[in-house]
Amino acid sequence: MSNYYNTIHETHKLLKDKEISSVELTKELINRVHDVEPKVQAFVTITEDQALEQAKAADKRIAEGNITELTGVPCLMKDIFCTKGITTTCSSKMLYNFVPPYDATVIKKLNDAGMVMLGKANMDEFAMGSSTENSAFHPTRNPWNTDCVPGGSSGGSAAGVAAGEGLFSVGTDTGGSIRQPAAYCGLVGLKPTYGRVSRYGMIAFASSLDQAGPITHDVTDAAIVLNHISGFDDKDGTSMPVEVPDYTKALTGDIKGMKIGVSSEYLSAGLDDDVKEAIVKGIKQLETLGADVNWEVKLPDPKAALAVYYIIAPSEASANLARYDGVKYGYVYPDAATMWDTMHLTRAKGFGPEVKRRIMIGTYALSAGYYDAYYLKAQKVRTLIRKQFDEAFEKYDVIVTPTAPSTAFKFGDKINDPVSMYLSDVYTIPVNIAGIPAMSVPCGFSKGLPIGMQFIAKSFNEEAILKAAYAYEQSTNWHSMHPEI
Amino acid sequence: MELSREDVLHIAKLAKMSLEDDEIDQMRDKLSDILKNFEILQTIDTESVEPTSQPNELYNATKPDIVVPSLSHEDIMANAPHRDGDFFKIHAVMDED
Repeated sequence: MSNYYNTIHETHKLLKDKEISSVELTKELINRVHDVEPKVQAFVTITEDQALEQAKAADKRIAEGNITELTGVPCLMKDIFCTKGITTTCSSKMLYNFVPPYDATVIKKLNDAGMVMLGKANMDEFAMGSSTENSAFHPTRNPWNTDCVPGGSSGGSAAGVAAGEGLFSVGTDTGGSIRQPAAYCGLVGLKPTYGRVSRYGMIAFASSLDQAGPITHDVTDAAIVLNHISGFDDKDGTSMPVEVPDYTKALTGDIKGMKIGVSSEYLSAGLDDDVKEAIVKGIKQLETLGADVNWEVKLPDPKAALAVYYIIAPSEASANLARYDGVKYGYVYPDAATMWDTMHLTRAKGFGPEVKRRIMIGTYALSAGYYDAYYLKAQKVRTLIRKQFDEAFEKYDVIVTPTAPSTAFKFGDKINDPVSMYLSDVYTIPVNIAGIPAMSVPCGFSKGLPIGMQFIAKSFNEEAILKAAYAYEQSTNWHSMHPEI
Repeated sequence: MELSREDVLHIAKLAKMSLEDDEIDQMRDKLSDILKNFEILQTIDTESVEPTSQPNELYNATKPDIVVPSLSHEDIMANAPHRDGDFFKIHAVMDED
């Protein structure tokens, strides 16, 4: 019997009861990676030898009774997290040879818990994109239909877990980069509250929006991983000193009387009919489970949120990516004659087209004469968006929306039209603007491709999301379906 | 807002990034498209609204003043494309004359 589609909680039981060893499981997963990777290409770097070492160490821990839910569990990590001694590229030519001298806090916490890392997952370059087509190395394919993208930017993470090349992943989400690929690949993807998980060692894109979170087979696994990666970190000045509850305690299955808000605006223009049908059916299911649903809640205008995002994120990116100058690490253009030429050409040849576009937009929005009209204006509208969510959460525990307006699209469909690519994040972006938590949960299929439903709650109330999503998940079968690949 | 080739070149100069000739036109068209989508913000009244720079309430993040080991010189230099002993090596910043 195969174990590569097992959840973390199922695997933990097998390991704890000594029905399988981590080394056996890890070897099975490595074989699986060899089998399907030519079709999926979820990885940038495969770390087979280190994984087997970690598995041996995990088995030793388990024998000593020193086990956590993640001890000995094989997984893959988005290539945006610095891993000591293991190449970390952010899927950019700019960092093709960068070997970090330290671990990101997320990696350190997972190592302490005893994870087995099979490798680093492909992504859109510097997390900029919604299809993983912007990787400088290779595209990743959606295991449900290899003509389609896996979503992005955490596309390698999602495709890898969906294809059984790792039992879970941790991705990052600046405007939907965990939730949208999770939706496209039939998985659970959770973006925690800004400040819940440390950003230390996570290569920066837009620092006021970036947040790490789990991509898993089910809601229980999301709660388990969140337990392990959350918490204040004195290495990240924006991580919040808020106590970390045991998130698995929220998984009661009881949502009787829970107040759920739905916006009819978020279920209208631009939404595919099949997606709409699945979401409406999902919300009615929540009603059947005893939730009190209001279908006419006022939420922020997603088009305004999109505009705010595409000013603030590139502005922060243009500042963060100024560090890539060919001096300290990474790629350097070899044949320039002067210091300035070296810098200009290193950045011209090291960055891909979408990264360059965003640096240009951000530089423009921050430049003299335009700062007030673009950046400052966007920051003010950001305040209004936060306020509108605050008002909604005075009345509702959870808000439910689609995760994305469509299912996974075909390669090449949007890559030459940035604005249409940006629209695939129209339902996820408002959440990052407000800094609040949200999770995508599988809720159906359209023409063989998965659909995701998004649960949103107020800051530091991940428990409400997990509670509602768990009750929903347990009453459906979507989370236990896997692609044939 | 339509950008000109000159605008694009000015922004690229600020971003310390050279552009190929055909890239300049592509960049002008795509950036102009993106900027058009920002116009919606001008229709929103933000009179007397404070800007948000990050979503959580700010607090004073202090920590005890304890000396802890930092990365070694060699760890930091290991990724340098060009080095000269313990220094990063680049082309001369100023002309010799």
